[in-house]
Amino acid sequence: MGEFLEFRDVAKAFGPIQAVDGVSLEIKKGEFFSLLGPSGCGKTTMLRLAAGFETPDRGRVFLDGADITGLPPNRRRVNTIFQSYALFPHLSVWDNIAFGLEVAKRPKAEIRREVEAMLRLIQMEDQAGKKPGQLSGGQKQRVAVARALVNKPQVLLLDEPLAALDLKLRQRMLIELDMIHDEVGITFLYVTHDQGEAMSLSDRIAVMDQGRIEQIGTPAEIYEAPRTSFVAAFIGDTNFLESEVADGLDGEYCRLRISGFPDVVAYNDKGIRPGHPVFLSVRPEKIRISRDRPLPDTRINVAPAKVEDVIYLGPTTKYWVRAGGQRVLVLRQHFRFFLDEKPIRWKDDVWIWWHGDDGFMLEGFRKGDEKLVASPPQKVGEE
Amino acid sequence: MRRSRLPFAVLAFVLVFFYLPILILVVNSFNASRFGSGWQGFSLRWYVRLFQEAEIWQAARNTLVIAVSVTLVSLVLGTTAALALHRFAKTRLQRLHYTFIYTPLVVPEILMGISLLMAFVSAGVPLGLTTIFLAHVTFCVSYVALVVLGRLQDFDDAVVEAAQDLGADWWTTARRVLLPMLAPGLAAGALLAFTLSVDDFVITFFVAGPGATTLPIRIYSMIKHGATPLINALSTLLLTLTFLTVGASQRLSKNKLFGGGS
Repeated sequence: MGEFLEFRDVAKAFGPIQAVDGVSLEIKKGEFFSLLGPSGCGKTTMLRLAAGFETPDRGRVFLDGADITGLPPNRRRVNTIFQSYALFPHLSVWDNIAFGLEVAKRPKAEIRREVEAMLRLIQMEDQAGKKPGQLSGGQKQRVAVARALVNKPQVLLLDEPLAALDLKLRQRMLIELDMIHDEVGITFLYVTHDQGEAMSLSDRIAVMDQGRIEQIGTPAEIYEAPRTSFVAAFIGDTNFLESEVADGLDGEYCRLRISGFPDVVAYNDKGIRPGHPVFLSVRPEKIRISRDRPLPDTRINVAPAKVEDVIYLGPTTKYWVRAGGQRVLVLRQHFRFFLDEKPIRWKDDVWIWWHGDDGFMLEGFRKGDEKLVASPPQKVGEE
Repeated sequence: MRRSRLPFAVLAFVLVFFYLPILILVVNSFNASRFGSGWQGFSLRWYVRLFQEAEIWQAARNTLVIAVSVTLVSLVLGTTAALALHRFAKTRLQRLHYTFIYTPLVVPEILMGISLLMAFVSAGVPLGLTTIFLAHVTFCVSYVALVVLGRLQDFDDAVVEAAQDLGADWWTTARRVLLPMLAPGLAAGALLAFTLSVDDFVITFFVAGPGATTLPIRIYSMIKHGATPLINALSTLLLTLTFLTVGASQRLSKNKLFGGGS
C-alpha cells in the first residue's frame, strides 16, 4: 500500500513566523502516525493543513491520490479531534455524534443505527441524552472521538487529544485510542508533544522542530538511532560526548578522541572521515556501572569514574558520574537485589563501560540541544 | 461599636431621589383629579381618555413600527460587526472598526441629533419615519454589536471549525451552531435595541419630520398643552413596557442557556 496522506514540500508562515518550512511527508493507509515535537514546532499547523483550516503558502497536500490543497474543510474526508474537544454545547451527546451524518443528509434510520453503534463503541449508550456540560473530561473526549469516527473519515486527525486529561485518565484513554485504531482501521495522524504518547501508540513518528522534520521512523528507530542531537535529546535521556574521529578501525568501526576521556570505539555507519568533529550520543541505560573493572574487549569502551550523584527511582537508579572531564548519566536497572550487595554510593570510585554499537554518531549537532537533556542537580558541598 | 447610620441615610436619599418622582407619577395616573393637586379618589378615566386619543395611537404605532424595524436591522448589522470584530480582533482595520462602533455610545446625543439632521438635510432626505429609522439604527447597531461581542468572548472558536470539519458549509454552521449558541446574546441585544428605540427622545426630536411623531415626542408636545394626567397614564404604560423588556433582556444575557458547566 502506497502513501495515503501526502504532504509535498509544504510551507506555511504566520506573519514573520515560519510555522512549517518545506515539509514532505508520506503517511500510509491504516497507519498510526505521530507528529512529535515541542510547542511551536509546526506540528499543529501540519494537522490544520491536512484538515483544511489553513492553506499552505507553498506545496501540495494529497489524500488518496487526489490533490486536496484547495478543498475547504467540509469537503475533505478527514475529521479532527480538537484539543478542547469543541463539542457543541447546545446539543446532546446523541446530536453531537449525529451532526456529521445529519449535515450529509443521510437517511434517519441509518443515522440512528450508526450513532448507536458509536455510542456502544465508546460505551456511553446510557449518556446519550446528556449535554456536554454534564460530562467528565474523559467522556467528552470519547464523544469527540465518536463524533469524528461516525463519518468514517479516510484520516482521523488528533490534536493533542489527551493534553487536557489527568495522568490516570490519559493512560486509560491511550489504551482506548489504540484499541479504537485497531478496530476501525482508519489512518490516524496524531499530534503531540508527549514522547510517551507518541512512542506507545505510533507505527511511525516524525519528530519536528522549528517547522522542519528532524527524523521519521518507527519508535524504536527514533529512540535507538537518532539522526540529530535534537532527536537524541528530545526523545528520552542521553549523554553527548564532543569528539573527533581519530582513525578508522577494521570494518565499520572507528576510534573517537574525546578530551579528558579515554579513546572510544564507535560504529561509524555514516562513514565520517578521520579529522572530522562529531558528537557521540550514548543512552544512559546502555552504560554499565560497577566497582569492578570489566574484562577488556576491543569493542567495549571503559572509563574510570567517580560517582557524583545517586537518584534511586525504584525500578531503576540514576547515577551521575564524572569520568575525566565529562559528566555522564548512567541508568541502571535492578535485575537482582542482594541484601549483602554493597550499593554504589556518592563519591565511590567506579568503572563505566558500553559497547561500541551503543554509541551513536550524530550528523548534526545544534548548540543548545544538550540543554534538552535533564541536567544533574547541583551538588552543594565539597568537591 | 455603634454602626454608622450614614450608609442607610445615603441609600434612603438615593432611593427617594430616584424613585419617588416616578412613584408619584404612577400614583397620579390613577388620580381622578384633573390637575394632580391632591388625591381625589382612584380612577381609570385618564387611561380611558388615552385610548380615545387618535394622535397618541398614531404616535404609538409609529414608535412600534420604527422600534421593530430598527431592532431587526441593527440585529443583523450589529451581529455581523461583532463577528468581524471577534474574528479579526488584532488587525489595525478592526481596531478602527471597534472605535467606530464604540463612538456613538460616548458622543452626546444632542450632537448626534444635530449632525444627523444636518446630514439628512444636506443629502435632501425628507424628514419623516425613514430618517428616524436611520438615526435609531446608527446607535442601536453599536449596542447590539457590543452585547454580542461580549457573548463571543467566551466562545470556543474551535466549535465553528468542528462544524466545518464535520461537513457543514458556512450557512449550515451559522444556522445549526453559531446562531443557537449566540441566541441569548442576540436576544439581549435585540431587546436593548428595541428599548432604546422606543424611548429615544433627543435624536428623534431632531430628525422627526412633520406628521411623523413618536411617543416621546408626542408626550413632550402634550406637556406644552398641559395635558398632565394623560401623560401620567401614558408614561406609566411606557414604564411598564420598558421594565418588562429590560427585565427580559437581563434574564436572557445572564442565563446560561445550556445545562450547567462549560
